[in-house]
Formats: sequence, structure tokens, C-alpha cells
Amino acid sequence: MVKLVEKAKILRSKNAGPFEITLDVLFDDKSVYEEVKNSGIISKETIAEIYNLPIKDIHHLVYFDQALGIKITIARKISSGSPGDRDVYGAQQHAPLMNLEL
Amino acid sequence: MQNSIKILSPCGILGYGFPKEPFLKAFQEKIHGIVVDAGSTDAGPHKLGANVSIVSRRALKKDLSIILEKGLQHRIPVIIGSSGGAGAKTHVELTLEVVREILAERSTHAKIGIIWADFKQQTIINALEEGRITPLSANIPQLTKEKILDTKTIVAQMGHEPILKALKQKCDIILCGRSYDPSPFAALGIYHGMDPGLSYHLGKILECGALCAEPGTTKDSILGTLYHDSFTVKALNPIRKCTPTSVAAHTFYEKEHPFILHGPGFTLNLEECEFNEVAEGIIEVRNSQYLPDKEMKIKLEGARQVAFRTFVIAGVRDPLLISQLEEVEKEVLVQVKSYFAEISEADYQVNFYHYGKDAVLGEQEPSSFNGHEIGVMFEVLAKDQELANSICANVRSTFLHYGYQGRKSSAGNLAFPFAPSDIEFGPVYEFSIYHLMQINRDPFLLEIVEV
Repeated sequence: MVKLVEKAKILRSKNAGPFEITLDVLFDDKSVYEEVKNSGIISKETIAEIYNLPIKDIHHLVYFDQALGIKITIARKISSGSPGDRDVYGAQQHAPLMNLEL
Repeated sequence: MQNSIKILSPCGILGYGFPKEPFLKAFQEKIHGIVVDAGSTDAGPHKLGANVSIVSRRALKKDLSIILEKGLQHRIPVIIGSSGGAGAKTHVELTLEVVREILAERSTHAKIGIIWADFKQQTIINALEEGRITPLSANIPQLTKEKILDTKTIVAQMGHEPILKALKQKCDIILCGRSYDPSPFAALGIYHGMDPGLSYHLGKILECGALCAEPGTTKDSILGTLYHDSFTVKALNPIRKCTPTSVAAHTFYEKEHPFILHGPGFTLNLEECEFNEVAEGIIEVRNSQYLPDKEMKIKLEGARQVAFRTFVIAGVRDPLLISQLEEVEKEVLVQVKSYFAEISEADYQVNFYHYGKDAVLGEQEPSSFNGHEIGVMFEVLAKDQELANSICANVRSTFLHYGYQGRKSSAGNLAFPFAPSDIEFGPVYEFSIYHLMQINRDPFLLEIVEV
């Protein structure tokens, strides 16, 4: 099986403000982007499962054709830098998404 | 009215540094202003709560010296967004002090516009009581009067309006308090009669320096040109290049939605944007739409102190301990609580992090552990520093010598890299305010200083 990390050009996570983390998956090939988009594999359900989150904590999941990209924004359980936080910039939360099988 | 307006962004955060040559190369063309963002909430609530900066004073002065020299030489405005990092009074004052120092060293005069972004607690309490405050997303708690009173520093992100006032007063240098990152860039475009949608969208791209190029970095210059019906972006360093995808992808960056961006008093809709390469490495963008909101709302940010921290970093290499690390930690905590039975458990909290196992993702880690050593970090959060130190010392000594089931290494359980092992961290903050406030008039005050 092919993993998302093998197809994506950019696969990253970052704070979108201190209370949300946004995951970006960007492609450099329109046909690959279309293939992933049309497969419907990246859905709120899949993200909820991978990240062990209730669906309501997935605030956005949007495809942006011009950028050949998918953006997924999830709620933080603990806001950036507060007691109990593990990733102040939210920059290393993308790893589980890399292994998503296409 | 000008046909084109060129805006130079030297780097993503003032004080991150940038190579001088690409920056200077920009002046082969007519530049209308140098704009640089200095702020972010990315580094957590501590900068705002403790009133400290993201960058060192030394780096701030080094970057500013280069920028001010060119700005004053070419008689073009230099605008700094979110001065000093969090953009509160202390941060702006530090930036002003460094600007004065540089001007004095060069015996140069300048007109400086300072735009304050601080808000009094009472102003926010009044707004709360009038129902003008709402959380920014569903997982942010409603604001309370108690939280506002606990929050010593409160700022709001400004739009282009107050910066426009400073430009109209012909300021040479404009130091903004907390700003919506694209605002200082947009203000310069709007001042020259350009479209606000294109001006803000260009600002969104320029505020990170050369991050929209390939390879991307916040530590290099980028040049934006506004026209009446489009804008273009190009990298100045020959080792980088902008492409339609790199620029479109940057529109995505660190925002919750890919093409709907909320700013102070408006929404940017970038869904219909076109990104085209019009010449080698020059990317043209069209159709960025600026939609004014019905109500003017600004984003408030505040941080309050919630605890004091002491922590320890240690390595665990013994496989017998690794196999039952979590159980051992639970037993260690039982002993610590029993020893300090007179202290209320509500006054402190102990957290363990296992680097090499699941420290980064916590409960969300899908991979199982298969290593041979674990970096253990434990922290004690307590209501005062003395208590954090005392509890942490006891956790450390109990953990170090704890005789767990089946132990063979009876001399000690932890490999400390440092002596002393316990690190006193100081106060810990949280974002206590991250809410929208509806306003009826521009609350940001412009002060003009001539030096």
C-alpha cells in the first residue's frame, strides 16, 4: 500500500492560533492531488480515527484546488504552552497522517 | 496615484536575521516601504504574560540597524508590526528604545509613530457585561470577570486603520503594537490607493519573509508589488524561487481555513484567486476579495500566570524499568503524596513525559514503543516556586531510589545529564483571553515622537 507521505510534497502541522492545530497536505502533481481528493480517503471520519478525536473537534477539512492542497484544522485539548501541552508550536503533530494508506 | 507599489519584507520575524545582499538588491528598483512583522503567538503565552521578547535585544538591534539605514536613506516608511513579539506596552517600549539608540548613534532625526494595542481590564469587563465578547472557536471557554482580573497584559490585533493615520502624518518609522500580521503591509498598499483585498493578501504572503519561495525560509527578503488589479511576489535571493504552487500554498500557512481569512473588521475570500507565473520566478495573484464585516470585531489576546514549574530531565536505559515505567511512576507519586500528606493535592500537579515513546503525541500516539532507552522529563506545577521545588526534589529522590518489582539495578534508576538535576523554571502562563470584542470606534492610539 502507498502511504500519504510518499505522495505528498508537503505534509505539516502548525498552530492556527493557540487553540487549534492545522494539518496541511500539499501536492506538486495535479493528477495525484485529484486522485487523493476523489478517493475520499481523507475525511473527517479518517482524521477522527487517526487522531483519536471526536468529529466535533475537527473544525475544518477543506480542499483548495489552486494550491493542490488539503487543510484539516483540529481543536487542541490543551492550548499552546499551557500546563500539560506537549508541542507549543504544534509543529510535530502531523506524523500520524503520514502513514495513512491510500 | 502610483501605478505600482513595491513593498520589501526583510524577514519573517524582526530579529530572526536575514542575508544583507538580497535585501540591498531590492533597492535597484524604487521601493515604497520596508515592512516587517515582529510578532507571533506561536511561542506560547509566556511572551505576553511575562512581558519578554522572542528574539534577543542584540538581534533586534542588528536587524533594525540595516532596515533603518535603508529606510531613512531612501525616505520611505519603515513599519514594524507587533513590535517586540507580543506587541504589548513593554514590547513596544523596548523596540522604541533600540530605535532611539540606533538614531542617536548615527546622529539622525526621524518622526516616529507609535500605535499602542494595550487594553485596560475594565474596558474588557465592560465589553463582557455588554455582551460584546465571544470566544474565537468552540473549544475556547467563555470569558469571565475573574479571568480578566487575573490577566495583567491584554492586547488586541489592529487592522490597517491606525497605521494609515500614521502614514498620513508622514511618519518615517511606525512601531505598531499587536497587529493582525498582514495589517502593516496592507496599510501601505491602501495608503497608496490600492485594493484592500490585494493589499491584505499580499501582506499575508509577505509577513513570513521568504517562506513563500522554494526553498522557503523566514530568514530572507521577499519583494511584493501591488498593481490596481493584481499583485506579484518574487524572491530576491538567487538561491530561492517563487512558483504558483509555493505562493498558493503559503496562503494556507498557519491559518485554520485555506481561503477564508478573518481579519479585524473584514473577511478575505481567496477562493477565486489565480496564481500565475508571469515572468521567471515572478508570481502574479488576482481576485483576492475583501468583504467588510457587518460589525467591527477585534481579536483580544491575554495571558495569565497559572503556576510555577520545576522540572528534571533524565534518561532510563534499564529494560526492566522501561517495561514498567508508567506503573513505577504511579507508585512514586503515591509515596510523594504520602510524604507530603499535609499539602493539599490541589496545590500541585506532577506530569511525566517519555521522550522516545509518546512524549510528542501523548494519547494520540499510534506507534508502539520499540526503543532501548527513554528520555524521561517530569515537571511539578505548583502554586508557588518553593512548593514546586520541594515536591520536585522529592519526586526525583523517590524515583531515583525506588525499589520496583524485579529490580536488579539497586543503585539508582535515573541517568541525569546535569548537576544539579532539578531546574527551576519560574512562572507558567496560559492564554486566558483569546476572544473577539465588538467595537464601535478605532481604539488604537497613535502617539508621535520626533527624535
